[in-house]
Amino acid sequence: MSDYNFAYLDEQTKRMIRRAILKGLAIPGYQVPFASREMPMPYGWGTGGVQVSAAVLTPDDTFKVIDQGADDTTNAVSIRRFFQKTANVAVTEATADATVIQTRHRIPEEHLRAGQILVYQVPIPEPLRFLEPSEVETRKMHALEEYGLMHVKLYEDISQHGAIATAYAYPVKVEGRYVMDPSPIPKFDNPKLNMAAIQLFGAGREQRIYALPPFTEVISLDFDDYPFEPTKADHACDLCGAEDSYLDELIVDDAGGRMFMCSDTDYCTSRRKAGHIGAQGVPYAEDAA
Amino acid sequence: MYVAVKGGERAIDNAHAWLAEERRGDPAVPELSVAQIREQMSLAVNRVMAEGSLYDPDLAALSIKQSRGDLIEAIFLIRAYRTTLPRFGASLPVQTQKMTCDRRVSATFKDAPGGQILGPTFDYTHRLLDFKMAADGEVPQAEQTTARAEPTPHIMSYLDRENLIQTEPVGPDTPDDLTRTPLELPASRALRLQALTRGDEGFILGMAYSTQRGNARNHAFVAELRIGAVPVEMDIPELGFAIEIGDITLTECETVNQFTGSKTEPPQFTRGYGLVFGMSERKAISMALVDRALRWAELGEDDLGAPAQDEEFVLYHCDNIQATGFLEHIKLPHYVDFQSELELIRKLRREAMALQEAAQ
Repeated sequence: MSDYNFAYLDEQTKRMIRRAILKGLAIPGYQVPFASREMPMPYGWGTGGVQVSAAVLTPDDTFKVIDQGADDTTNAVSIRRFFQKTANVAVTEATADATVIQTRHRIPEEHLRAGQILVYQVPIPEPLRFLEPSEVETRKMHALEEYGLMHVKLYEDISQHGAIATAYAYPVKVEGRYVMDPSPIPKFDNPKLNMAAIQLFGAGREQRIYALPPFTEVISLDFDDYPFEPTKADHACDLCGAEDSYLDELIVDDAGGRMFMCSDTDYCTSRRKAGHIGAQGVPYAEDAA
Repeated sequence: MYVAVKGGERAIDNAHAWLAEERRGDPAVPELSVAQIREQMSLAVNRVMAEGSLYDPDLAALSIKQSRGDLIEAIFLIRAYRTTLPRFGASLPVQTQKMTCDRRVSATFKDAPGGQILGPTFDYTHRLLDFKMAADGEVPQAEQTTARAEPTPHIMSYLDRENLIQTEPVGPDTPDDLTRTPLELPASRALRLQALTRGDEGFILGMAYSTQRGNARNHAFVAELRIGAVPVEMDIPELGFAIEIGDITLTECETVNQFTGSKTEPPQFTRGYGLVFGMSERKAISMALVDRALRWAELGEDDLGAPAQDEEFVLYHCDNIQATGFLEHIKLPHYVDFQSELELIRKLRREAMALQEAAQ
């Protein structure tokens, strides 16, 4: 791929993206417009995340890509291969070994540390979009810190359903200022948003970048009498026995039999390597999985 | 015992190999050449160039071959390639009155200097399948004539002399580039026109059609539709003057729309404008109608709430590469989100059922 620049994008474009990232870090939670480029993968498939990763990757980085928490999902494979090809960076599945992690829909179970960057793929960056379809209006609402509509929506959920009926992409307030969409992560992951690593959010089609510097105060919206509650399936992982990880549910037979397993494949594998075995698991062996 | 599903890498490799085979089709049938597509599928090539925003018939033909004839996929290939090209600068505005017209029609004047040229159009063909073409597509040479040497003035310029047509404000020397700056609203007319000219032909056609059917109706006459080659000139700083760097074929459409005046503007004709790469007249006419509909604010017209008047709606939804990507991404795995919805629905149902039982 010598025809393309390191990490595909030309240096001018990377510079433009880095400026947007720096502005985003300076104003946590604010959506910075950026001149998103057309990437060789479709919009909606992580082009925002890919552009952010391309702008932050250096030749010394170790890159990890997950989709739904898994390194082996097809789109994660595709994005990882893209950067292997265009940036020739080292790749890993081990969360701890990665310096840049691109993710879709999950935050890894293992705590991230200073020096790591978590890059999110964002479909719709605007948390108010489904309450107000016009971008002109929602930008005004953010400028005026006018978030009443969001609170009314959450209140109506409670009055109709007895609970806030948002299970993923659960809105948060950043440093007491901007209401932000944490991307479609399950609300189980929301408490992890307050972390030691840098978090960058890229929305390619919508041309927005936003960011959370380390240890930014991120609060999931709620009410005093209806506090925010992260939830997961009330099971342990059937492979590794973990009780603290977010679980995927699988249908395993025609009778509709279910089993549960960690959505974070690296977390699950590491636990199995360390000898943990779930209800339907087997001792870990190379190539067994 | 359960073994986790793996194998994304192998699945992708196998899928790509099968795709390549399907693209080629039956190997007993001769392979299409890029030149054949360029020459014999030229309107498809034109559409790919227009919506791909890259004037290169060979690359467009290659992309059609590679995409198995899926034009949106071909446009996507061209767009992805285009992003990697550096932007050297801007050409001088093309002077379409210098166009060597292959086609030039006016619906508003029976004749005008330069004349009407029907050109290679489907307009008056009878849409009867030509079964003979299945066996033999060779054709006799059409009659030829020499092109007009002098410029062909725009029909609109005659209305302009009488001050009957609204004068257009002069724009900046180098307008913003939609592909280099994020779209912010309200957008300048230049940016709107850029979005429309690369927008999906079907979407722009539908929007234009909606104005004809009464959604912000602005009855449009095609004052002029012209198709032909125009020279592209560029200032070369090292030389200190402009030189011609090539020819491109364009379709230009100017509509004249009746306008009875508003609080701010006197009664006069107004204009919609369409300019598209290649021979793409359906697109150019559609573009002109949508352009005119979007101009309601500057002309002091009422916002009728029609989709074609809504700049944000039109500009945010006309790009087929954005649209198809986001639409098709819903086939990617979403099990994490779906799982959280499952938990939520189960919880809400449990509570609702408990309430119902308590009530009974």
